Amino acid sequence: MKRRPVLPGLKLTLGFTLFYVALIVALPVAALLFKAASLGPAEYWAIVSSPRAVASYRVTVLSALGATVFNLVFGLALAWVLTRYRFPGRRILDAVVDLPFALPTAVAGIALTALFAPSGWFGAPLAELGIKVAYTPLGIMVAMTFTSLPFIVRTVQPVLEDLDPTLEEAALSLGASDSAIFARVVLPLLAPALLAGVSLSFARSLGEFGAIIFIAGNQPMSTEITALLAFIRLEEYDYQAAAAIASVLLITAFAMLAITNILQARALRYTRKG
Amino acid sequence: MKITLDNVVKTFNTFRAVRGVSLDIGSGELVALLGPSGSGKTTILRMVAGLEYADGGQIRFGEEDATDIPVRERGVGFVFQHYALFPHMTVGDNIAFGMKVSKKKRSPAEIAARVADLLRLVRLEGLGDRYPAQISGGQRQRVALARALAVDPKVLLLDEPFGALDANVRRELRRWLREIHDELGITTLFVTHDQEEALDLADRVVILKDGKIVQVGTPEEVCRTPVNAFVMRFLGDANHFPATISGEVASIGGARMPAPGLVDGAADAYARPGDLGFSLEGDGVAATISRVLDRPDGRRLIAVTEAGEHVELDVAPDAPVKAGARGVITLARAHIFPAA
Amino acid sequence: MSGSSNASSHRPPRIGESPLVRRALIIGVLVVSAFVIAAPLAVIAVQAFSKGVETYLAAITHPDTLHAIGMTLVTALIAVPINTLFGIASAWAITKFDFPGRRLLLVVIEIPFSISPIVAGVAYLFVYGLQGLFGEWLSAHDVKVLFALPGIVLASLFVTAPFVARELIPLMQAQGRDLEEAAASLGASGLRTFFSVTLPNIRWALLYGVVLCNARVMGEFGAVSVVSGNIRGQTNTLPLHVELLYHDYQTAGAFAAASILAGLAVVTLFVKVALERRGAGRRNRPAFVAEPAGISKETP
Repeated sequence: MKRRPVLPGLKLTLGFTLFYVALIVALPVAALLFKAASLGPAEYWAIVSSPRAVASYRVTVLSALGATVFNLVFGLALAWVLTRYRFPGRRILDAVVDLPFALPTAVAGIALTALFAPSGWFGAPLAELGIKVAYTPLGIMVAMTFTSLPFIVRTVQPVLEDLDPTLEEAALSLGASDSAIFARVVLPLLAPALLAGVSLSFARSLGEFGAIIFIAGNQPMSTEITALLAFIRLEEYDYQAAAAIASVLLITAFAMLAITNILQARALRYTRKG
Repeated sequence: MKITLDNVVKTFNTFRAVRGVSLDIGSGELVALLGPSGSGKTTILRMVAGLEYADGGQIRFGEEDATDIPVRERGVGFVFQHYALFPHMTVGDNIAFGMKVSKKKRSPAEIAARVADLLRLVRLEGLGDRYPAQISGGQRQRVALARALAVDPKVLLLDEPFGALDANVRRELRRWLREIHDELGITTLFVTHDQEEALDLADRVVILKDGKIVQVGTPEEVCRTPVNAFVMRFLGDANHFPATISGEVASIGGARMPAPGLVDGAADAYARPGDLGFSLEGDGVAATISRVLDRPDGRRLIAVTEAGEHVELDVAPDAPVKAGARGVITLARAHIFPAA
Repeated sequence: MSGSSNASSHRPPRIGESPLVRRALIIGVLVVSAFVIAAPLAVIAVQAFSKGVETYLAAITHPDTLHAIGMTLVTALIAVPINTLFGIASAWAITKFDFPGRRLLLVVIEIPFSISPIVAGVAYLFVYGLQGLFGEWLSAHDVKVLFALPGIVLASLFVTAPFVARELIPLMQAQGRDLEEAAASLGASGLRTFFSVTLPNIRWALLYGVVLCNARVMGEFGAVSVVSGNIRGQTNTLPLHVELLYHDYQTAGAFAAASILAGLAVVTLFVKVALERRGAGRRNRPAFVAEPAGISKETP
């Protein structure tokens, strides 16, 4: 069913959009991949599988996992409390949930470092318990948790708000307990949104830089994240290594996007007609 | 299971949704709660289910006070207006849900066998693996019923069960629901705003208005002896004529009718279109035909009386009437109520 | 007619309403939020004023700080309007026309959101840097892109490219083409149609996107720190200045500069809430994840 567009402006707006996307988004991404590809497989592999790089993947992925698990639990609780209960301060809480998105990452970084440094508000009592946060992988996790906090809340909240109350009533009338309703009805219906939130949160944590470098300590092999390693290679004028390591981050991001889309489609298969 | 409502009251914020409703529903009876929107019928149904709690009065299941028994322990099967099927579960899993979460443990084989039985009962064999999004509205309705029946409810409650379906499917499902009720004999209460549905399906009809019961009776009782003008009008097309009572006889225009028990003075007469006739002369209400609407089974005349009231009457297909004709409307039957 | 959940004096039949669960969840969430969200804001204020008001004022009126503020403002003044224009143009093209590759274009527009800012900065280096595609040509013609304002602007354009577009596209998609087609059939020109028919319906969403875009441009750190060269008094934006002071052990000064950015974040949140009340923002539309709850309601 082809029909001639009625509205004007296709050439102008589409032309500008394509030009802009090509220049601002595609060109640099392509340049980076081109640079990384020009290395040759052996050299590329040597760089991305060097012990220091692998150590950085390890600490980045593990911290991101920890941060995402925390945010999964806390984000779900926060979304639940914001949509299901009315209490004084609810609207303020709803607004400040987005603070981590609005606060520049460098600012978040120094603030978290001040809080968790051995002399800080949280750092001092934790140090007495023998827990060191700042300048350890735990600090990386704290920074990642903060910067990716809103993702799960904001993906789950609208689905929770729109959840048909008669589904819960139906389950009740069929004799289900509260926990059975939560586990068998509510949670499965939130699953696609949770999945979307988890993957956004995890991806953001993998790529986070600004908030982490202040609190991490940045010791090679232990508290050096992958993004920082790429940055350091750059400062050492080792452009090829920087390109290779950055390409790992880039490809991981693309892979995450693809996996998320596939999982989402699977999780929502029951909505398909026919 | 016999259900008794004793002076039940329910208020939402300041809105008095149900204002003292008393009702007995016999074991195995099929009862319709009929009324316009806002009449409190759904609220009554939800209170019987335990989805709302009464502010006053008592609801008894048999002899037991059920007023404060929570839903999940009441043993009711509830069919929601929009079905409320769990969208992430297959048809089979929806039906099995109540058995799976029950305190009474059943083996998977037992559950599967029961699901298959219920699918057969609601004539959905072979659709057990579909998701609700993949079946038609009428099929979803039947899944909702099967799911409610799966927990062996003592009472079956249906909220506007056919409201979201188109007319043909609705008529078919109506007959089918009656068959299922007769087969299983479960006490059933359903809500509708469609008088045809209530009259077709129910053993008894409860007519509600503004949170109060106006009339309870068999379809025959409410149709033949409506207690007031509201019931008369709500159950079908009705024409209004001003009447005067004198010595238990009503004068409606030139027509006379017995009006036993009514006091002298003004009154209101109501008549169905089929109870009226049109002739050029005779005793009746003088009127002019303004339009003639032809239908497969007859002709409907739109007439205007001298008092300016519009009257609709049904006459035989071969009645020789034209728009503009002047004559009298004759009354074969009418219901006369004291003036409002 | 059916009861809303807050109407009954008895427990409404929804899960999680028992007082114990309710209170535990609310208190738990509030306590954790205080630790995770409120404390960082509070510590910025406390640290900024730790050496007194005078030190604070001196820090934020120091020439280097003022220069960084200026740099940030100039970057925002260039990058935000360009990305606003891009957002409008892409939304118009994608929602008002059918063309092959629409879905792919949507995916590509969102790419900057999923890429680490560091990767973005590095990628720009390989376009405009000496090692990059255009590096030699640029240096031969004595054009300085990297380690100068153009580089900062380009990196900012990249990281914030989707902000306006992602607000407008779902909204304009939902609104359809009827109004614009009616206007066009009445003889209105394209621009006229846009300004008198489309814009009034998308203005709050547009502003919403612009505000979020601006916050991100002003706060961007990773991508900008790669391409800026970080030269004090020359290519320092405010977030980079915060880092510089912090690593110089001028903690109070760093937090003073940070307090300006934190203030911007708080203002952004306020404006965001105000715009959400006017219907802007994702939450007033269907979530971008499909909404399973709606399914049971539809009746074909």
